[in-house]
Amino acid sequence: MFNLTRRQALATSGGILASVLAPQRFAAAAAGNTLNIAYNVNLPSFNPDAGPSSVNPTIQAIYRSIFDQYIGQKPNLAFEPGLLTGWGWNDDKSKVWMDVRKDVVWHDGSPFTPEDVVWSLQHEADAKNGNMVAFVWQGIGNYKIDGQRITADVIQFEPDLFKWMAFLSGYVLPKNYYEKVGPDGFEKKPIGTGPYMVDAYEGNAYLRLKANPKYWGGKPAFETVVFKFVPDATSRVAEIESGSSDITLEVPYEEYDRLRVKAGLKGECKPISDIGMIFITNGGVMDDKNVRLAMCHAVDKDAIIKRLLRGYGARIDTLEAPEYAAYDPSIKVAHDPKLAAELLAKSGFSKDKPVKFTIQTTRGYKPKDYEMIQAVVGMWRNVGIDADIEVYEIAKHFELRMSHKLAPAAFYNWGNAIGDPSTSTGHAMFSKSPHSAWHSDDLDAKIGPLWGEKDEAKRIAGWKAVDRYIAEQGYVLPLLQYYQPILYKADLKVTPNTSGALQPATLVSKA
Amino acid sequence: MLLAVIFRRAAMALITLAGVAVIVFVLLRVVPGDPVAMMIGPGATAADIAALKAHYGFDASIPEQFRIWVGGIVTGDFGTSITLHRYVTEVLASRLPATLELAIAALVIAVAIGGTVAVAGTLMRRTIGETIIDGVNSILLAVPDFIWALALVLLFAVALPVLPLTGRIDPELAEGFATRFYLIESILTGRFAVAGNILSHMIMPALALALPLAAVIVRILKQSLKEAMLQDYVLLARIKGFRELRLVLQEALRNAIGPALALTGVQFTFLIGGTVIVERIFAYPGIGNLAIDAVINRDFPVIQGLVLLFGVIFILINIGVDVAVAALNPRLRYG
Repeated sequence: MFNLTRRQALATSGGILASVLAPQRFAAAAAGNTLNIAYNVNLPSFNPDAGPSSVNPTIQAIYRSIFDQYIGQKPNLAFEPGLLTGWGWNDDKSKVWMDVRKDVVWHDGSPFTPEDVVWSLQHEADAKNGNMVAFVWQGIGNYKIDGQRITADVIQFEPDLFKWMAFLSGYVLPKNYYEKVGPDGFEKKPIGTGPYMVDAYEGNAYLRLKANPKYWGGKPAFETVVFKFVPDATSRVAEIESGSSDITLEVPYEEYDRLRVKAGLKGECKPISDIGMIFITNGGVMDDKNVRLAMCHAVDKDAIIKRLLRGYGARIDTLEAPEYAAYDPSIKVAHDPKLAAELLAKSGFSKDKPVKFTIQTTRGYKPKDYEMIQAVVGMWRNVGIDADIEVYEIAKHFELRMSHKLAPAAFYNWGNAIGDPSTSTGHAMFSKSPHSAWHSDDLDAKIGPLWGEKDEAKRIAGWKAVDRYIAEQGYVLPLLQYYQPILYKADLKVTPNTSGALQPATLVSKA
Repeated sequence: MLLAVIFRRAAMALITLAGVAVIVFVLLRVVPGDPVAMMIGPGATAADIAALKAHYGFDASIPEQFRIWVGGIVTGDFGTSITLHRYVTEVLASRLPATLELAIAALVIAVAIGGTVAVAGTLMRRTIGETIIDGVNSILLAVPDFIWALALVLLFAVALPVLPLTGRIDPELAEGFATRFYLIESILTGRFAVAGNILSHMIMPALALALPLAAVIVRILKQSLKEAMLQDYVLLARIKGFRELRLVLQEALRNAIGPALALTGVQFTFLIGGTVIVERIFAYPGIGNLAIDAVINRDFPVIQGLVLLFGVIFILINIGVDVAVAALNPRLRYG
């Protein structure tokens, strides 16, 4: 029986009240050794190689804090040594080689070995383990280990194999530990070779990490990093404005502009590898080239960026952003409403007799997504296109896209942090891809041979040609490259990452 | 008689839950949003997609999937979360205590505010004080909980940063708990600094949830009290020389509390529903926050488990209210 005397009750109440009213700890980041990040997504799972989280680009910053990838990536998307210090193909591209970094230890102190690399690649290649890009890892096999060098046979040539080793679900996991504790045990107590070790975790609340003193890349600037999972943008703004968090990201551009000039705060808003686009689905009026091209020429992308995104965006005319390998600045689709009207007139459409179709969009999934589509529809109306807006959830978009049932036009954002054309134009436009909307033989005939092209220069040139062809045909309507707003305390130094991954170990330090 | 009420309601509850289970299961599978479509990689072939569907059991017919799910529930297995990679029962058990503590705190605040203001309004009836109370109460009634949440954020986290904005507890204090009922456990074990920290995190979300409920309590209880104050027994007490406050608290309140209690029970279920948005705003790790992620990610096993859990909570609250009202009112207790 729990007995409480009056004296005890008073003492209890007083103690609790004092704690509630105690001054909150809103200290400056650099004054302490803890970095509090108001992060925009929750971390559902610690498995970086399987399940929906593994292909969520926003979560990669957390995974990269705990685990290492085979190959690293600089903030400008250039590749750099990770757990592999060297890699490549032989001359005829029938074999690959990988040199494994020495003197690396797992968080539990056990040594990291080439066997861990081979096991991870085989684990990821086995579709039963739930890796979303198992087909990439299935492209090599018959591994041989000789000292720190691993060689393997190429079973199916994937030109972007090594790029995927720095991308989604390309992480090295501990063979012995994973086999000992199993997937459930790993979820509960994950270990990696990364700069930070998991210290405490509460789903939908926070993840606390401690610096890995034996990290091969040197000890991180902060002893402790706390990712607070704050998906609500208003709350993230309040977190940084109140000083409760040291850094946050993905706040509304209006709030970014307001707070970046506030005393004690700084801001960075730089281009990232995500783009906004409008998928065009073949069939019906979209089979009319004049209609498609009119849709493209009628849209004033610069005006949308300036007026809706406060200038935080960059217009694109292909699915390649400037940081991508196959970006070709000579491909332009001009804003020309007069030309758009003329094209429509050739097909018998005008403002009085507009072409009609539906455009789908999310609302609030990306900054100003619905408002952008409203603006696009308004611009279309001025040339003779009458589009109805249908708002849907992102889950419905994926389902419709997989079953090739999207509306004639559908807004979406596409991420491509490795900048390879196959992971932008390729998977977005090739009809065999479950993520494509435009399906036509002429385009497939141009894309098909590029998947297995072994000459890199020829491959990139091929993709540029494909992008030019797509622009000429109006098979998709690229809109803009997104900018990522980051707000942080003035006593920090932050390096924006083009991939969008705000990695505390390498990109945030004390000023 | 009370036992009969409980048994009758429990039997009805089972039927209700069965209906809820069927509806949520079928609805999830017919509304747009295929979880597999959200997971497939860029180069996935039709065979890869089929394999993924088979992996999560979505390749079977809906009746077959339902049979498997119900079979699991009977043995206590609600399935495995697609996104969290953990058993649904484990996930729900880890999140429910946070929401229960928050909801109960909100209820306590609502009853305290609502009860006090209702009594004050009754004492001040037919004065300017009553008009002011009614006016303020109308505003409280009209503003939903998430608006209160945002207003509190601006007030106590930005303008006057005296309260922590997000989470349930400071991460460095979230250690050494044997249960997930952090607040109750920390008080019982004498860790008052920790309890205070938890309460400081709880104040804003609890207030946001409590204010609309408090307004409902004020309206109902004040009306009941005003009617009770016109009854003969109150007049008799007044003739005996009872002071006004004593008249309200000792004579009128006991008879007036029934309707307010019944309505509070019903509103409490809405309050728990309100945790979905409020927990999101305050990054509070309860079942409400979990529900939003589960819906966005189409995590069918978690959604199904959550809906059943909400169903059980609602039924238990209603049974509790029925029992409490019957216990307080002899006319209901004896049929």
